[in-house]
Amino acid sequence: MKPFDTKQIWAWLADVPDPEIPVISVVDLGVIRDVSQHDDGVTIGVSPTYSGCPATQVISRSIIEVLRSRGVANVDIATRLSPPWTTDWISKDGLAKLAAYGIAPPSKAGGPKACPQCGGDDLERVSQFGSTPCKAQWRCRSCLEPFDYFKCI
Amino acid sequence: MSADLFEFLCRMGDNALVLGHRVSEWCGVAPVIEEDIALANTALDLIGQATLWLNYAAEVEGKGRSADDLAMGRDVWDFRNLLLVEQPNGDFGQTIMRQFLFDAWHVDCLGALAQSNDRRIAEIAGKAVKEATYHLERSSDTVIGLGDGTDESHRRMQAALDLLWPYAGEAFAPDAVDAALLEAGIAPDPARLQATTFATYDRVLGAATLIRPDTEFAHRGGKTGARHSEHLGHLLTTMQWLQRAYPGATW
Repeated sequence: MKPFDTKQIWAWLADVPDPEIPVISVVDLGVIRDVSQHDDGVTIGVSPTYSGCPATQVISRSIIEVLRSRGVANVDIATRLSPPWTTDWISKDGLAKLAAYGIAPPSKAGGPKACPQCGGDDLERVSQFGSTPCKAQWRCRSCLEPFDYFKCI
Repeated sequence: MSADLFEFLCRMGDNALVLGHRVSEWCGVAPVIEEDIALANTALDLIGQATLWLNYAAEVEGKGRSADDLAMGRDVWDFRNLLLVEQPNGDFGQTIMRQFLFDAWHVDCLGALAQSNDRRIAEIAGKAVKEATYHLERSSDTVIGLGDGTDESHRRMQAALDLLWPYAGEAFAPDAVDAALLEAGIAPDPARLQATTFATYDRVLGAATLIRPDTEFAHRGGKTGARHSEHLGHLLTTMQWLQRAYPGATW
């Protein structure tokens, strides 16, 4: 018996924000890997972005909270390590939202394409790491503003 | 086999845990804020990896201990980390040199483990190698920047290399645990990783204008637990203090 529509559960998950970057949802971030239903409840497969990222635990708690508020009483979080999460799984929407929020989206070239503030392309790296494990610090030489770059992994 | 597997998982987990704790000691006191953040992020990745390895170790052991019990409840002689990672931070250059010597080996080791017959090990290694590759990129760049920097930074980096080099070789010395896991297709022969890792050492140290000491001598006893250096006990007194004073405390 499937008391919930799986598509509906995905839609509810799309309302769970990333705790560090609240403009994108956990679905946009690509960490939700699967949704399955069984007699005892619902299992959500979640991939951590970085092994030690403290947001992972918050994400799990938020998922359980949001689904409970929708009447899904028994929610199980299953960690999916393999294949490892990659920034390729961030949705197109998610990439656009990151840029609009002031975080340069990941790029295969190994660095941001443009300054999320002024669009300039004369950029320099300040540090390989930033305010969260998933970001690095860059600076725009045109507008002189520092900005976050979402590391490409 | 499960005793050997437990031993091996503790080695991987303890390397990440002890180095993660060491690196976290810089939090708030690094020379510039960017480096402070970079060190704290590196520590966070390593402690995350330690959790993955020690969770599995605890399951394999099957004695009802958790990853936390292993991390916070064991004493020095039960730790299985390389001597390299328990060495003190020293100055910033020494910390970065230790990180580089570890990262170069770690990337090669995790890369091989990602092909392990043990699915769980392959999964953890496949995840961790992405982080370790990023760490190696940064530690290599910083070793080169400081080695090929000012007279002062060069002198300090060469001193750090001379001090730490005798601790680099332990990672490549196989023992009975390695042999058993190699036989089972679970882990690589540590000695076979040496050629690749040494190629990284030579490439980066060369670009950094640093001279690798001409000796193969290696201190041993960390990964077997037979003889840790005096530094590990001091590290554990800080790291484990809360769980020793208030066993089982949660918040």
